[in-house]
Amino acid sequence: MNRSTIDLWVGVFVVMGFVALIFLALRVGNLASFSTGQTYKIEAKFGNIGGLKVRGPVKSAGVVVGRVVDVRFDNESYEAVVLMDIEQGYQFPRDTTAKILTSGILGEQYVGLEAGGDAKMLAGGDRLRLTQSAVVLENLISQFLFNKAAEGKDAAK
Amino acid sequence: MPQEPIVEIRNVSFGYEAARPVLRDIDLAIERGAVVGIMGQSGCGKTTLLRIIMGALAPTRGEARVLGHATAELERDGLYAMRRKMGMLFQFGALFTDMSVFENVAFPMREHGGLPEEVIHDLVMLKLQAVGLRGAAHLRPTELSGGMARRVALARSIALDPQLILYDEPFTGLDPISFGVIVRLIRELNDSLGATSVIVTHDVQEALGVVDYVYFMAAGRVIAKGTPDEIRSSPEPFVNQFVNGKPDGPVPFHYPAPDYRADLELAPA
Amino acid sequence: MSLATLRARIERLGAAMSSYVWRIGYASRFLFYMLVHSGTALKRFHLTIAEIYFAGVLSLIIILVSGLFVGMVLGLQGYETLQRFGASESLGVLVALSLVRELGPVVAGLLFASRAGSAITAEIGLMKATEQLSAMEMMAVDPVARVVAPRFWGGVISMPLLAALFSAMGVFGGYLVGVQLIGVDAGAFWSQMQAAVDLRNDILNGVYKSIVFGIAVTWIAVFEGYDAVPTAEGVSRATTRTVVTSSLAILALDFVLTALMFTGTEK
Repeated sequence: MNRSTIDLWVGVFVVMGFVALIFLALRVGNLASFSTGQTYKIEAKFGNIGGLKVRGPVKSAGVVVGRVVDVRFDNESYEAVVLMDIEQGYQFPRDTTAKILTSGILGEQYVGLEAGGDAKMLAGGDRLRLTQSAVVLENLISQFLFNKAAEGKDAAK
Repeated sequence: MPQEPIVEIRNVSFGYEAARPVLRDIDLAIERGAVVGIMGQSGCGKTTLLRIIMGALAPTRGEARVLGHATAELERDGLYAMRRKMGMLFQFGALFTDMSVFENVAFPMREHGGLPEEVIHDLVMLKLQAVGLRGAAHLRPTELSGGMARRVALARSIALDPQLILYDEPFTGLDPISFGVIVRLIRELNDSLGATSVIVTHDVQEALGVVDYVYFMAAGRVIAKGTPDEIRSSPEPFVNQFVNGKPDGPVPFHYPAPDYRADLELAPA
Repeated sequence: MSLATLRARIERLGAAMSSYVWRIGYASRFLFYMLVHSGTALKRFHLTIAEIYFAGVLSLIIILVSGLFVGMVLGLQGYETLQRFGASESLGVLVALSLVRELGPVVAGLLFASRAGSAITAEIGLMKATEQLSAMEMMAVDPVARVVAPRFWGGVISMPLLAALFSAMGVFGGYLVGVQLIGVDAGAFWSQMQAAVDLRNDILNGVYKSIVFGIAVTWIAVFEGYDAVPTAEGVSRATTRTVVTSSLAILALDFVLTALMFTGTEK
């Protein structure tokens, strides 16, 4: 086996390895949605973020427009502060609402943005004023039971 | 003024453990241009002595001077510089099995020379011609007979025209023809290169025919030294037994054992 | 059992342990020495390329075929379990995450250890037994720089590539079984997978794992070969030790790395 044949096969091998890595990155992972473009940061405060995780998507009308970058706790207002990166191409009015929603019934949670009507757009570093917390299952159940109990009392009267 | 001997062993003792010395108080001097034999039984310490000359081992006592340097004092770079002037033929050749004959002989030239390929090619052909194997340059070591492999290894060990050539049991397992070839080559190469050769062996008769001087070892000591004729007629009983191949003598035939009758489980008489 | 025998046995155990620890120290010094003297392997890169061929290219067949089969089995087994929860569309997620995070680096590492690792040990051990390494030393060529270092770097470079190939083939195998054979929706297969597999968290961590495994396996392989008793039996025992020690090392390191990488990443 002479040197040039070995070189050829090693070259083929290394190329195959890199193709496999690229395949994994693009087709298997989420590199395609890895925004290398410009982004601007906005903040939002929530009473409860539920299961929202860092790197979770920020969607509007179901389309991914950004990523959750950081989640912190404000010790003075006792609220969760969520920092998001929004792609530069997407502009939102200053009175946009941010809601914590769930994909499907038991899927992952994401931030949904509903555009408002304000003429002025959000700039980098702005905070969204209108937010809606995540739906927590336990609260939902206790609400349901409370309603059921109230109905029963009304019926008994 | 007499020239300093190429190899000078002064009062050297060596042991892997303090309690069991392998070499005791060895004194040796090898003159430039000589072919010297170091002979003895297996296990007498001659291979260890060769390793000390090589610089692979440092003596526990005494000094070993090779090519003007005390081997024990050399750092790695100094040791490698010294070895570039030496060549060694290992017992079964130790050819690199993943390279051809040509590449084996070219190996030391490529690693140290910085010579252009055409020059290396001609040098390799020269060395192979000297050992009679120029036509086998393209073969691989697995395709060679034992004798041929040893000749290629010899060509490799003289690749850089060494001043000192060491042979570790060069005659082991050779057929009579290959034997004759190696014997002739040892003498020819030594004289044509103006080198000095040290042969460690227990093939007495053949070695006595090629060497200029002999050191005889037993149990880690030099018990006799002299020219081949002096050794052949040595009064020393062990040397006598060894040179004449007598089965019994100072080295007994029987390995130490308990009473024979006791081992046979016969009733005591 | 008398007190004397018990004491003797404990002494022997202690001696075995301390000799084992000593051996690890010796192996570490060997690794350090080899890294310091890797100049030849890098300057004369064709030596390393030849070793990438022997360790990597010659392992391709076993890696690709095993990857394909492992992926296909994941597809089958995964579907069986997922469809019980009505989650069969998440098959892609299951196959991809299992491979990229765990099975790719680990199984490829084990296969590499038994094919390439044992070959490296046998080669170096045999060179030692036939005095080729001593001959090199005598010709003033450092055998660690000339023989050992290229094999080390060849193995370290090959391993991550093999692990990536294994994972890629596995995903393809899972696709073959899940989508083509069983009939899971292709769109759901790929889109859910892409949503769930994170480049940094999963794929990159898998690559880091395979690099660590490559270093561990190749280090063990070259050390055992270099340290082998220079007889036929010694070489054979060294080869066995390479496979056993590398495999255990891979599994132990896998646990440590998984604990470091994949737990506590939630915020």
